Amino acid sequence: MITLSDYLIFGVILFGLSLAGIIINRKNLIVLLMSIELMLLAINTNFLAFGHFAHSIMGQVMVFFVLTVAAAEAAIGLAILVVLFRNKRSIDIQHLTELKG
Amino acid sequence: MMVRILFYCFAALAITAATAVITSRHPVRAVLSLVVAFIATAGIWLTLQAEFLALILIVVYVGAVMVLFLFVVMMLDIQVEARRAGFVKFWILPTLCGIALILLLASVLGPHLQGTQMAANLPDPHSSLSALGMALFSDYIYPFELAAVVLLAAMIAAIGLTHRPRARTVRTQNPSEQVKVQPHDRLRIVKMPTSKKEGIA
Repeated sequence: MITLSDYLIFGVILFGLSLAGIIINRKNLIVLLMSIELMLLAINTNFLAFGHFAHSIMGQVMVFFVLTVAAAEAAIGLAILVVLFRNKRSIDIQHLTELKG
Repeated sequence: MMVRILFYCFAALAITAATAVITSRHPVRAVLSLVVAFIATAGIWLTLQAEFLALILIVVYVGAVMVLFLFVVMMLDIQVEARRAGFVKFWILPTLCGIALILLLASVLGPHLQGTQMAANLPDPHSSLSALGMALFSDYIYPFELAAVVLLAAMIAAIGLTHRPRARTVRTQNPSEQVKVQPHDRLRIVKMPTSKKEGIA
């Protein structure tokens, strides 16, 4: 049968892919947001796996709240993206240098 | 055994789609790959007996959030050629870092947990949906309401960020001014001295 480590390794692979995606994409802000969504998906899979193997419903409760916060984050992130594009006519990360960070 | 085959199929599909998300050159293709990754992960959540959350993932994430992503991607006019100029230059180090992270965590998570077998069905006869509902509406009612407030705050923030007030040149009605108007604002009686009519007689 499927072991706990199968689920955990699946989550690790998704998380590593999205982390590499965040570092690779120096250009497009949308792909950055999508990588964050993938990260949250990997975390949620871990929560569900632990909850399932611990015979506890708390994993699902946690995933419920994480999904809520992730939806809010996506909405605000995309709104900021739209405002950014309206002001600068581009969503290139290289051009976001106002703060001199 | 059947569940195991399904798990591996869904896992392979999800990982392939996630790779396509971070490497595809066109943002619309990336969004569609992310949809595939979400649906495959929902299948994996089904093998974890989280039916409600798997369906929520499809309905809310694929149905709402991903469509929002698609709207934004198609609304913004991005130059496809100029977008990925810096892509090739940076891919080696992040890929090595990602592979190293995956191998490190897999080596930690793999052997120690090998004995943990797939649990049988949940002990109580209820489905996980009723258990989730009982937990959400009894022990976690305040976090639940807080989540609603978070969504409300996100909605207000999104509207406030993207709403553009109308230009001043547009003629609009002001209902409160219209209601408050008095007769003397509209009609003015002016007393003037009368004058004899002159001219052609």
